[in-house]
Amino acid sequence: MNGIAVHGMELHRDATGARMGMWLFLFSELILFGGLFLLYAVYRSSYPEDFHYAASHLDTAVGTINTLILLTSSLTMALAIGVLERGNRRLSSILIALTILLGIVFLVNKFFEWSAKFDHHLYPNSEELLLHTPGENVFYALYYSMTGLHGIHVLVGIGILSFMLYYVARKPRRALTLREGDPSSIIVQDGKGKKIWQHQTGEGVFGVDLTFIYNEHEEVTEGTTIKLENSGLYWHLVDVIWIFLFPLFYLIT
Amino acid sequence: MPDGVADAAHHDLSFLTASGKHAGLLSWILSTDHKRIGILYLTAVVSFFLVGVLIGLLMRIEQLSIGETIMKAQMYNAAFTLHGVIMIFLFIIPGIPAIFGNFFLPLLIGARDVAFPRLNLLSWWIYMLGATLAITALFTGGGPPDTGWTFYAPYSIRSGTNVTLAVFAAFILGFSSLLTGLNFITTIHRLRAPGMNWFRIPLFVWSTYATAWIQVLATPVIAITLLLVMAERLFGLGLFDPAKGGDPLLYQHLFWIYSHPAVYIMILPAMGVISEIIPTFARKTIFGYKSIAFSSLTIAFVGYLVWGHHMYTSGMSDTAAWVFSLLTFLVAVPSAVKVFNWTATLYKGAIEFSPALLFALTFIFLFSIGGLTGLIQGALLTDIHVHDTYFVVGHFHYTMFGGTGFGFLAALLYWFPKMFGKMYDRRSIYISWFFIFVGFNLLFFTMMIMGWMGMPRRYYDHLEYFHTHHVVATVGSWVLAAGIFFFFYTFLKAVRSGEKAPSNPWSGSTLEWRVSSPPPPENFHEIPTVTGGPYDYGHEIEGAR
Amino acid sequence: MEKRHSVPLGTYFMIWFGLLVLTGVTVTAAGLHLGKLSIIVAILIATVKGTYVLFYFMNLKYEKRIFKIMFAVALSTFMIILLLTFVDVSFR
Repeated sequence: MNGIAVHGMELHRDATGARMGMWLFLFSELILFGGLFLLYAVYRSSYPEDFHYAASHLDTAVGTINTLILLTSSLTMALAIGVLERGNRRLSSILIALTILLGIVFLVNKFFEWSAKFDHHLYPNSEELLLHTPGENVFYALYYSMTGLHGIHVLVGIGILSFMLYYVARKPRRALTLREGDPSSIIVQDGKGKKIWQHQTGEGVFGVDLTFIYNEHEEVTEGTTIKLENSGLYWHLVDVIWIFLFPLFYLIT
Repeated sequence: MPDGVADAAHHDLSFLTASGKHAGLLSWILSTDHKRIGILYLTAVVSFFLVGVLIGLLMRIEQLSIGETIMKAQMYNAAFTLHGVIMIFLFIIPGIPAIFGNFFLPLLIGARDVAFPRLNLLSWWIYMLGATLAITALFTGGGPPDTGWTFYAPYSIRSGTNVTLAVFAAFILGFSSLLTGLNFITTIHRLRAPGMNWFRIPLFVWSTYATAWIQVLATPVIAITLLLVMAERLFGLGLFDPAKGGDPLLYQHLFWIYSHPAVYIMILPAMGVISEIIPTFARKTIFGYKSIAFSSLTIAFVGYLVWGHHMYTSGMSDTAAWVFSLLTFLVAVPSAVKVFNWTATLYKGAIEFSPALLFALTFIFLFSIGGLTGLIQGALLTDIHVHDTYFVVGHFHYTMFGGTGFGFLAALLYWFPKMFGKMYDRRSIYISWFFIFVGFNLLFFTMMIMGWMGMPRRYYDHLEYFHTHHVVATVGSWVLAAGIFFFFYTFLKAVRSGEKAPSNPWSGSTLEWRVSSPPPPENFHEIPTVTGGPYDYGHEIEGAR
Repeated sequence: MEKRHSVPLGTYFMIWFGLLVLTGVTVTAAGLHLGKLSIIVAILIATVKGTYVLFYFMNLKYEKRIFKIMFAVALSTFMIILLLTFVDVSFR
């Protein structure tokens, strides 16, 4: 086939569907932590004084600061998405980077908290801990497993956001699928006749996939926005879980 | 047509042979086509099923004589653990959804693929990873786990066998199930063809939908439970260890909070298959479409409320025991609704006998026995008598094998021509049915009898009192196995050299029968617009062959 | 692209500020000796904070109804599991 005139087009995406899938995944995360919250509830009702006593040894100030850090990171996350929807890739990248930074600070605090406890020989299966009451043992088991699982999720979130930083910061791409034709004979040009075809990503099931880059415009593609929204949903969920963890471990004194 | 896609003259390609970016094996294991993924699952799942059957046969041979027959007690414990893990996590839970759900869900709703095709492929890879880890657990660490597939604390914490890896494998497999469920829910919400509203979707889609919700909301519970077992084994966490203030009963709660809904993940898709087969071969609209649809949702919901019936004798409170017993009786009701509706559909229908129908009818018979014996266990007093006996083993084989297993085989018989474009030899299937049916009942009904007489389960050896029963059961297992192997042999032959299948060999009315056998890669050349319900047999005289 | 409700950026700041205030409230409340009530108050405040994050940061308020229904299904599933477990634990 000769001389196909192609207009830069996006694949049809289902943003609502993508979000729905993400929410369903978040529900599974809620239930995952839910199992631990269940254990917390049951054990707390069995050992109220031990929990009270053990919790008093956690540093409320650090816990509060960590809460404020995560809440602020949710703000920067929401803003990152908001400004991206309004077309500002640069500001969005900065906000994503800020979110990542806050997440790292959170984890650093956690590290120091845990180290302090380890220095006092209060970790799972330590001889010191076994000298304490059963209720305190359970408290620490729950403390480490719940904040630990949460911390892993923060780490994963940082990883995801780092990817997103790359996606948002780089020039946007659009993909095109052609059903027939020899890829080497296809030329895609912008309005000024400049070739803007980057490379062929290979044959799809139905034909040829091409990927090309817009050199001229700093447009935000729908695909990137969807990805960032879904990353944001994940990050906010991690925040919500902490919102509940914080009082249950630090504020029951 | 989406913008930016140039049209092409359509080729009548089969998805089986269509070529893309990759060639050969890579074009299969890197394919995001839901049909290819369905077949990838079929290959893996059936292979693991046959391994599970072999382990079962070995267990039965051990019970042929009193004392050691072919293995020692440790190996026997590992055998029943593995048999359970393989059958449950590698065959029954993924089985029908991953194979037939993947292949047929988009076709049934008039879509080109699922909502997240790449996630779908990832689900298969995760399944293969989990399976590999499970197999590795057999040969590493302290050897294959001997705790039973239920991994109860405290023994699972203390056992020197490779529980950690086995449990991690199950954790990974859970992700596959979870992601599949998530994919299916989104697909059903977002990708239905124009005109296909919620009450025009086929009943297999309804049951897939209900199953998917259980996959999403129940699987995380087993995930956290297994993680905690690993944490306790690796770090001495102690949440289930009484010496550290923990409660082993909470392990059982968490375990069954998933594992009871899991049995509904197992049975709902099979029931959906039966709901597809019955109207087709009765040439009649399904009786009570809405009640069957709602019964699937009801089973999914009430299924969350009954887990404690696995724990009546565990030390749970008496209050909890009768509450769970009451709820357990409730969950039988929607299942019964389905059985009544299937029967009513057959009544005064123009019945066309076929292998798929035979297996579907057998499902109804065997599953009903399983369901009724479930009620015997649901009642507190009778459960005290049969708990942890072979009665329970008989019960769950009637439901999981007689139910889901037969549903799986029925689905294969119904949809094989569509999937592979070939027909199988019907006579061979009828012969294999006979062996399967006779062997199945010899094996598992005998188990219920000896369970009632007091034979405990998971016991390496047995008293002289039970000896005849064990011998009968073992012979039954041979007859059953012969039938199963002949069944799958017939299919292998059909894949190789079966007669070419028409697009609608059964005169089915749902959308998958409108496309060629096998379907083209994009499913439909044009997405259909739907104007009526799925089982519109009312005015048809004889469908096209 | 679909038409979606665009939340004004200022709203995000307001929500954030509200969350900070609520954090202060919950820390203060923990210092008061409310006995058995303290856990209930803490969970209540956490629920309000969580709801703000869900509704505004995660946009649940402006999503189609089906999203809210799905969330309710997930949440009630967890609540029911919690309740039934306590039917055992409370009566032992």
